[in-house]
Amino acid sequence: MEDHTDIILRVENLKKHFEPHQSIAQAIAGQKKRKLVRAVDGVSFEIRRGEIFGLIGESGSGKTTAGKLVMKLIPQTSGRMFFDGEDVTSLGKAELIAYRRKVQMIFQDPYASMNPRFKIRDVLEEPLIIHKIKASRDEREAMIVQALTEVKMTPPQDFMGRWPHMLSGGQRQRVSTARTLILNPKMLVADEPVSMIDLSTRAEILHMMKDVQRDLGLTYLYITHDLSTTRYFTDRIAVMYLGRIVEMGRADDIIDHPLHPYTRALIDAVPEPESGKVHVVKELPISGEIPSPAHIPPGCRFHTRCPYAKPECSSLPEPELEDVGMGHFHACRRYKEL
Amino acid sequence: MDTILRVENLKMYYHTSKGAVKAIDNLNFDLKVGETLGLVGESGCGKTSLGTSLLRMPTPPGRYESGRIILDGKDIIPMSEREIRKDIRWEKISMVFQGAMNCLTPVYTIGRQMLETLKEHREMEDSYATELIKEYLGLVGLPAEVMGRYPHEMSGGMKQRVVIATALFLKPSVVILDEPTTALDVIVQAQIINLLKKLKQTFNLSFIFITHDLALEAEISDRLCVMYAGKIAELGTNEQIFGPAAAGRGANHPYTEKLLASTPRLHRKVEKLSYIEGTPPDLISPPNGCRFNPRCHRVMERCRNEEPPLREIEAGHFSSCWLNDEGR
Repeated sequence: MEDHTDIILRVENLKKHFEPHQSIAQAIAGQKKRKLVRAVDGVSFEIRRGEIFGLIGESGSGKTTAGKLVMKLIPQTSGRMFFDGEDVTSLGKAELIAYRRKVQMIFQDPYASMNPRFKIRDVLEEPLIIHKIKASRDEREAMIVQALTEVKMTPPQDFMGRWPHMLSGGQRQRVSTARTLILNPKMLVADEPVSMIDLSTRAEILHMMKDVQRDLGLTYLYITHDLSTTRYFTDRIAVMYLGRIVEMGRADDIIDHPLHPYTRALIDAVPEPESGKVHVVKELPISGEIPSPAHIPPGCRFHTRCPYAKPECSSLPEPELEDVGMGHFHACRRYKEL
Repeated sequence: MDTILRVENLKMYYHTSKGAVKAIDNLNFDLKVGETLGLVGESGCGKTSLGTSLLRMPTPPGRYESGRIILDGKDIIPMSEREIRKDIRWEKISMVFQGAMNCLTPVYTIGRQMLETLKEHREMEDSYATELIKEYLGLVGLPAEVMGRYPHEMSGGMKQRVVIATALFLKPSVVILDEPTTALDVIVQAQIINLLKKLKQTFNLSFIFITHDLALEAEISDRLCVMYAGKIAELGTNEQIFGPAAAGRGANHPYTEKLLASTPRLHRKVEKLSYIEGTPPDLISPPNGCRFNPRCHRVMERCRNEEPPLREIEAGHFSSCWLNDEGR
């Protein structure tokens, strides 16, 4: 496990701070600039080759921004990134295109992520054109057929001539996945790939994605707010709160033995399909909502909502991730007393 | 318990140029005072159509074909629109629409929007109305200063609380909640569910809770109505649907079984999540026999030809499946 060739992506102290917009009128009036929005505020993690790594958090936790940084859709403020042993922190245009071939993205909305005027064949051919893949027409056809077969859209010939509107949500997400696979990527970033899909189809898509991952030995970065799917789908997870990782480790360990109070609260809040809870008002260990990333509380950034917070939680510097063994990390100073 | 709402043989079809879409096809159920009835099913099974039908406002081109909706002893289908506005809609039955929190006007403050709703229905002094708004905001756990805020200054959870407060204003007996927590984070979702439970007790309200999330229904619904293709597949108490199969109970209809099996679980290691192949049928020409038969894993010859009626299989537990004749 310590073998570093096993690590496909390493992210070191990655930060993304957004500069708030200031109008000319505000500048003339001498108004003070609003505070920086610290969307991602020092995140470090490693993803191993062939694993599914989940990035979990509420809205405003910075998980999507972190995903965009990994995709290199936006530049980072600071921090470094290594992919497959190479430093990919800052890339030139040609290197960026090459990087994006290796790291592909599956988007949230299968309805909006496909050109409605493209037939499925064209949707799948487009990445080959963009990335200037040299192949004859027959070879391209064969690649499209193979990609559709990999996502179990069979027989592929039946689907290639169809329009996106003729497909169900689940089929569209299969095509989206096929579109990423056609370039033979090493890693896929999937930002909420099933949150807009119906319940029964959601399971089908997760299933398909997992099969594809096993068949092709891919690595996934799976970004979601939905903890309930992580147990089935992921190997390891990192829980984000206000731009930082507060707990990280194997999905089973974290769900069965959460160490950070925030993770506990998230787990407690997930409903389970079992009877006997109708007359119970669930006790929620934390109240309120996530603060704005423009006003991050000092000290441990969770202390304003933490039921166990002590004065030292806000006065001492922010706790760093600490390893408690078996690759389980947490960032809570008082975890032993809890 | 008294019945507040009874639906009898209700049919509501959408008349499109391609033919009639049988969105609600012969539904029968009732809702007791102080009860929460969960309505579950995939998209396109008629859940939201049923919600708007109960408000006597089916979305055009929807029309009632037959049946009765008896609210507090009176059938509301033959009533005039004036009567409905004066006595029924929002007065006796209200609805929190799906995505309603995103439909607040961005240019008005919350206070002004709530005031408008209130004055549309009741003649009252502004000062008295303002007091009432503050009281209702308090009930949903929001401070009075929220009245001066604009929607963009509030989080999703706060907006959803405003929408819930607005639906309760005129003291309705029945509130329909259509996916009220779908766009919210888990912790906020749990907060809203707790709030709904408290409000239900305080006002002795009856809820119809629509969602596709069975796990959420387990938290809040006293009884569950599983809809498939415009019909009721199964109807039973929370315990009858979710209860352990070892006790001789548990979901009866294969559709409910499949929905449950495709619900991800956090506290149990699931190696394989099952799913239902295909999609709900086209309701212009639904399949012959049982509407679920093309997707059912336990389909029999009979299911393809004869439509199974909704029958009581134990006290208060209804299912429409031919397997119940086979001794399962």
